[in-house]
Amino acid sequence: MLVSKVWVDICPLDKLIPGRGVCALVGGLQVAVFRIAGEEIYAISNFDPFSGAFVLSRGIVGSRAERLKVASPIYKQSFDLVTGVCLDDATRSVRTFEVRVAGGMVQVASP
Amino acid sequence: MRLLHWTDMASQQDRRTLVVAGNGMVGHKLLEILVERGATAEWDLVTFCEERRPAYDRVGLSSFFSGTSADELSMVAEGFFDQLGLTVHLSDAVVSIDRAAGEVVSAQGRRVAYDALVLATGSYPFVPPIAGNDAPGCFVYRTIDDLEAIREYAAGCQTGAVVGGGLLGLEAANALRNLGLTTHVVEFADRLMPVQVDDGGGSVLRRRIEDLGVAVHTGMATTEILADEAGHVAGMRFKEGDDLPVGMVVFSAGIRPRDQLARDAGLAIGERGGVVVDEACRTSDPRIFAVGECALYAGRIFGLVSPGYQMARVAADRILGGEATFTGADMSTKLKLMGIDVASFGDAFATGEGCEAITYRDPVANVYKRLVLGPPDRRGDRAVAGGILVGDATVYQTLLQMCRGDMPTPRHPEELIFPASSGSATPAVGVGALSPAAMVCSCNNVDKGTICAAVAAGCDNVGAIKKITKAGTGCGGCVPLVTDIMRDEQRKAGIVVLNTLCEHFAYSRQELFDIVRVSRITSFSEVLTAHGTGEGCEICKPAVASMLASLANGHILDGEQAALQDTNDHFLANLQRDGTYSVVPRVPGGEITPDQLIALGEVAKEFSLYTKITGGQRIDLFGARVDQLPHIWRKLIDAGMESGHAYGKALRTVKSCVGQTWCRYGVQDSTALAIDLELRYRGLRAPHKLKGAVSGCTRECAEAQGKDFGVIATERGWNVYVGGNGGMRPRHAELLAADLDREAVFRYLDRFLMFYVRTADRLERTSVWLDKLDGGIEYLRRVVIDDVLGICAELEADMARHVETYECEWKAVVDNPERMERFRTFVNSDEPDPNVVFVTERGQPRPAYFHEKPDPALLAIGAKP
Ligand code: SRM
Ligand SMILES: Cc1cc2nc3c(=O)[nH]c(=O)nc-3n(C[C@H](O)[C@H](O)[C@H](O)COP(=O)(O)OP(=O)(O)OC[C@H]3O[C@@H](n4cnc5c(N)ncnc54)[C@H](O)[C@@H]3O)c2cc1C
Ligand code: SF4
Ligand code: FES
Repeated sequence: MLVSKVWVDICPLDKLIPGRGVCALVGGLQVAVFRIAGEEIYAISNFDPFSGAFVLSRGIVGSRAERLKVASPIYKQSFDLVTGVCLDDATRSVRTFEVRVAGGMVQVASP
Repeated sequence: MRLLHWTDMASQQDRRTLVVAGNGMVGHKLLEILVERGATAEWDLVTFCEERRPAYDRVGLSSFFSGTSADELSMVAEGFFDQLGLTVHLSDAVVSIDRAAGEVVSAQGRRVAYDALVLATGSYPFVPPIAGNDAPGCFVYRTIDDLEAIREYAAGCQTGAVVGGGLLGLEAANALRNLGLTTHVVEFADRLMPVQVDDGGGSVLRRRIEDLGVAVHTGMATTEILADEAGHVAGMRFKEGDDLPVGMVVFSAGIRPRDQLARDAGLAIGERGGVVVDEACRTSDPRIFAVGECALYAGRIFGLVSPGYQMARVAADRILGGEATFTGADMSTKLKLMGIDVASFGDAFATGEGCEAITYRDPVANVYKRLVLGPPDRRGDRAVAGGILVGDATVYQTLLQMCRGDMPTPRHPEELIFPASSGSATPAVGVGALSPAAMVCSCNNVDKGTICAAVAAGCDNVGAIKKITKAGTGCGGCVPLVTDIMRDEQRKAGIVVLNTLCEHFAYSRQELFDIVRVSRITSFSEVLTAHGTGEGCEICKPAVASMLASLANGHILDGEQAALQDTNDHFLANLQRDGTYSVVPRVPGGEITPDQLIALGEVAKEFSLYTKITGGQRIDLFGARVDQLPHIWRKLIDAGMESGHAYGKALRTVKSCVGQTWCRYGVQDSTALAIDLELRYRGLRAPHKLKGAVSGCTRECAEAQGKDFGVIATERGWNVYVGGNGGMRPRHAELLAADLDREAVFRYLDRFLMFYVRTADRLERTSVWLDKLDGGIEYLRRVVIDDVLGICAELEADMARHVETYECEWKAVVDNPERMERFRTFVNSDEPDPNVVFVTERGQPRPAYFHEKPDPALLAIGAKP
């Protein structure tokens, strides 16, 4: 069965700074959206399971051995931008969201 | 008693039983090793514990008096005895062994058949056979019950005496002293700690202990304990000298092995006691082992816990069919008694053939060191054979390693115990000089030794060390120190240590700084493309941002710079645990006008911020949301305030005292100088935060010697100190130059700060940097005063550029709509973060704890479904 997805507008792509994140509200959920470069965008939950605060969008983006990640600004654990898995403690992870750029607009699929 | 499950019954027939008599430190260690090795699959481990508590840390016993509870001293992991195959009988001692039947009998009448039996009965304190030694008021010092009884009785006494001036006696004396008693130590020999130290060491130790207010009587034989009419202890009588009135007596005149059980069972016993064991820790009955302080190997009792643990390991291995052997143990000891370092190792008394001793004694600092050298070899070199250190045992580890042959003895070993000759640079006290017992991670109670052990076991990165030792997994504040120790250990082990920034750059911070400076690169992507790999990370991005900022003062949120900053720098505020931020305006030198105070109060009220006076003479406003930050700052800037850079690795505060202007002792205007220094260096980005202070006289009310740079007024000018630190590892600043005029203060500090900015490692305070600097303060003087590197003009020019181009980062934000745009909680909504919830406490807001939030389920929404 195929249900068509609802894409929620987040902001124009040119509002995002390459290498940095922003937080968006999507269906009541806090989503951290990161622009790496060009149209390369990732979205994971803004929730940091180690501190209980919603802050991942404010972390520093980077890589660890090939994998793109963001480091939580609170206690610095890193999360894989693609899978949401914590790279420092594989028992923790955050959910990921589908994201795209359509007509210059960044959109996240509402869950 | 444990219930058996049906499924166990079948295998029950061929299960075997091991009985352990004694659940002390060593007996318990044995059980732990057996469980760890999977012995419970075949064995039932039954242990009898005479005390009413299972095993506890006897070595740490004295800490019971400083508040450690019996529970905290316990060595038994939660649920340990609930495991299948383990049984403990508390308050029940083994009273006899029927070797023929292979059975033990306990005081409470239990009979347990054994396949193997381990005696781990420890030792008892020897009480000299003198009249009155059992009067109420006489104690020994061995168990928690003993200590409880001592504490209770001491409450009604003014004076106490310890019979025995050995290791344990001095520990007991310290306990009495801490209980508030006037304390005496009576030792039969003519010096303290006769087993470990010689006359020279004994007399230094004695003076140090007397300095603490403990009376020491050596060469005194106690002949009788005197009692009052009620029969309670009232004094002591000696073979020589007058009676000593005391309210209580603690006997600590040595230990004796508890071998009665073994004697009664007819096992071989040493002449002066002790259950004779062989290399396998077996007694004369092959089914019976003995370990710990009750065992006698090669004619010796090993009264320390570590040899006991070695025996436990050997006995466990033998029980499981292995071949391990015990061949004696090193009795070298290093302790801190009443805060005094005492160490004794190897052939301390130079009894070996051809051994000779060199001694060093400093009666002023009250330090004694004795180095025993072995006979000369063919080339005339002599190896370290032993030694004694009292008052300063910093070289213990080095000497011990030489003594064990793990490290070559240098050509002039005497230099190891004599202080560095004056004139030469003070020896660097980097992490290498930290003692293994030094606490590194106070969150998880991890000492340096544990970290070194992890490195020795193969951990080659901080992540691995964190996993194994738990160090650094709490507040994270100790991670730089852990890293330094790891590198130092690796260096010592001959591993080439790459002091690289992170996986993206194969350069140290200093190397990268030089590359950036020389090649005049101005952006992170250029640095990464030309000299690095990957995408960068939370380590190299802020580090490079800080370099770019200290080389050219562009706005921190402009262009690419914005993506490099840590969240604190990105939002120009300090992130708090709930995701809100704090706001700290600069209050130069701590001087603030009533109008500014009112303005601060008004802003705090308007935005419902929690306010607190900080430890840095300024005012912190907490609980601001990202979107509120620019509005708060607009108002503060209008009231004449500016960013305090509390969020940056930058200058924080220059603390002042009122000085000459008000204080009756002040000799210079310390407040004015503090303000000028703070305004000069404000905004300076550095490898770590920087703090300064200026005091108006030698009373030092501004604590300048605890700061990265400190200035103290003198009659003739100013003394400049550098490299001080409070915080985790306090360090006193060192005098850089004395009696300077104001202009020289600025000149030297400009140079010092820029030299530090250029050469320090990432997150390295000036204190750590100075400790590592080859040649220390002497070398620093040569660089920043004598200009031996010829860079002073450059350093001053760098600072001049910084001062000229400085602007308040917040002013630059609130004056610029584009920069203001950044400060939003959600890009697509103006709603506030629903997770930020405050409650009121003492009339002010504070972030709610998890359980106080209206809908804790909210927290779960981010986690993976
Ligand atoms: C607010 C304040 C405590 C207070 O309620 O008084 C404070 C709060 C913090 N301190 Fe501090 N320190 C404060 C004075 C101090 C002092 C006292 C002083 O400056 O005289 C010290 C010891 C002196 C020293 O630094 O040598 C101090 C030693 C530390 C350390 C340990 C540094 C070290 O070298 O060992 C850290 C951790 C670090 O910087 O890595 C730290 C870090 C922090 C951080 C930034 C931790 C963090 O990342 O969240 C705290 C957040 C501040 C905030 O949110 O605004 N704070 N901190 C003080 C702010 C002073 C100011 O006006 O700027
Ligand atoms: C105050 C103090 C400070 C010390 N400081 C240090 C130090 O800094 N470094 C160091 O290396 N060592 C130190 N020691 C010595 C260290 O505590 C001992 O070496 C260690 O406890 C020996 O362990 P053990 O198991 O052989 O004996 P214990 O720990 O004494 O355990 C023996 C246990 O067996 C019980 N027992 C005896 N007979 C029976 C029986 N028949 N049936 C059942 N149970 C029985 C006893 O009640 C006791 O609980 C210190 C000791 C004391 C008292
Ligand atoms: S340091 Fe000196 S001048 Fe300053 S307040 Fe203290 S006593 Fe007064
Ligand atoms: S994590 Fe080590 S001191 Fe806090």
